[in-house]
Amino acid sequence: MRVLVCVKRVPFTGGKMVLAADSMALETRHLGFTISPHEECGVEEAVRLIEANGGESVVLTLGPPEAIEQLRDAMALGIDRAIHLQTDGAEWDPEASASAILDAIRAEEETYGPFDLVFFGNESADSGGFQVGLRVAQALGRPAVTGLKGVKVAGGSAHCEQEVDGGRDVYIVPMPAVLTVKEGLNLPRYPSVPGRMRAGRKPVATSTPTRPPARLEMLRLVVPPGQGRRAEVLGSGPSAAPAVVEMMRKIGVA
Amino acid sequence: MPLVLVEQTGGTPSDPSLQTLTLARSFGGPVHALVIGQAVDLSQHGVAATHVAVHDGLDSFAPDAWAAILGQLSDRLSANAIFAAGTDRGNDVMARVAARMGLPLATNCISVASGDQIHLTRQRWGGSLLEEARMRSPRPLITVAPHTVVIETASAETKVEKFTPQLKEQELAVRVAERVSTKGGGVSLAEAKVVVSGGRGVGSKEGFAIIEELAGLLGGAVGCSRVVTSAGWRPHSDQVGQTGTKIAPELYIVCGISGATQHMAGCKGAKRILAINSDAEAPIMLNADYAVVGDLKEIVPAISAEIRAARAAHAPLPNPLPGGERG
Repeated sequence: MRVLVCVKRVPFTGGKMVLAADSMALETRHLGFTISPHEECGVEEAVRLIEANGGESVVLTLGPPEAIEQLRDAMALGIDRAIHLQTDGAEWDPEASASAILDAIRAEEETYGPFDLVFFGNESADSGGFQVGLRVAQALGRPAVTGLKGVKVAGGSAHCEQEVDGGRDVYIVPMPAVLTVKEGLNLPRYPSVPGRMRAGRKPVATSTPTRPPARLEMLRLVVPPGQGRRAEVLGSGPSAAPAVVEMMRKIGVA
Repeated sequence: MPLVLVEQTGGTPSDPSLQTLTLARSFGGPVHALVIGQAVDLSQHGVAATHVAVHDGLDSFAPDAWAAILGQLSDRLSANAIFAAGTDRGNDVMARVAARMGLPLATNCISVASGDQIHLTRQRWGGSLLEEARMRSPRPLITVAPHTVVIETASAETKVEKFTPQLKEQELAVRVAERVSTKGGGVSLAEAKVVVSGGRGVGSKEGFAIIEELAGLLGGAVGCSRVVTSAGWRPHSDQVGQTGTKIAPELYIVCGISGATQHMAGCKGAKRILAINSDAEAPIMLNADYAVVGDLKEIVPAISAEIRAARAAHAPLPNPLPGGERG
């Protein structure tokens, strides 16, 4: 089978949100970067599916030149090759992102045949638009299920599970299909040293799509109020226990 | 007029949907609501008309069908905007509406101002950061971040009308085939009145015994940070955070968790936060109401012992929380 997983490069935000001088991005000089968490599980699922069924897995990202690091990370876990839609680092709105990814999928499928499954994260960690995967699915005319914490493939269908209040909702859709996944779908493996070595030699196809004008246009970022409270210290060490229980009694939980 | 998708359980509208109605009323024009399958009384929420969509294929959730219905009804009413709650289902259905109609969608908004261009504020990073944005669209599509708008009631004479959609077979292909109940074991993390969470500082899988003991004594649930689930010490279903469960307890006890934004995005609904941490300068201290500085491996058992001692002294007073002691 053939599986594509789409990922986004996002910063590790740490303890506090600090904005760049123009308030159009986070200040990332002192931050590391990662694949958006839901999508790490998409990568792991793609690798497992190909290990079990044979075939080829491909990772795709729309992002700055540095996003090659995230593509190599995915290939170190076992993804076979990568597609890098390079940007100049400027923000792409969800419609524009979906349209560039769609063009890339169409071109890829024309050469290599259709993907049985295309994975997206349920939403990106940073902009959280909740829509790129569904826009791509609609344009491809394929069934889509979102927010998955369980995926099984059998007999040309994908058995999909969503976590809902009090249980799980099961969907069964024919492939090819588009699935958006959530963290908790699986526990992603750590890359091995040989995996890292191999990743450096795997092929990356690079292109530079043109960014269309945004209909949903970010004007500025704002750090919400509420950061910077100072906690009332009830004590230090185990001798603080009576003060803690007193506080619990006061608010009615103990 | 704005059209609002209202989610319900057995005729009771969800709180996020009522919050969405409150925000949509400020958009201007009489608000129309769409409910699927079963009528809902929205006369206290300023709704001019409730449209009840009825179709044989709608006995289980089918997101493409819901999106088709929203599209058809918004065309018939010439709605000037479509709103839904920023829930899993709300965001899913609205993204499908956006894709079908070729329109932009702004998810998880906390405020919206109408005009030639729509100015809005929406959440990023699970609410740890806000974005001010401008949307150009003939029919703005908006989802409202849950629990960011206070529900305001407003009496209205609500017309109730049946709406019969035209659904293609293909629009009913993606649907819930089965609902599997997970066996109930204790209090659910999302609904617990007290949550006790452990992070890296707990040190190991076995280290959670003291966290479980305290949670049990308080009739609460055990949570954890992302580091803990990545290490495999706890299942992902225990994770509190942007990519885990969003909680809203009366008291959130945070043990050995530094307080990264990823974690804090999951506990914005907590009324009070008690941080137990060896580092008095950890970011969690800036987001907590109460703090105890020191080794959680000593402090947490001491709190459990103190609760037991206090209960013994106050016997036979019952445990004040329903559910009782699990420990």
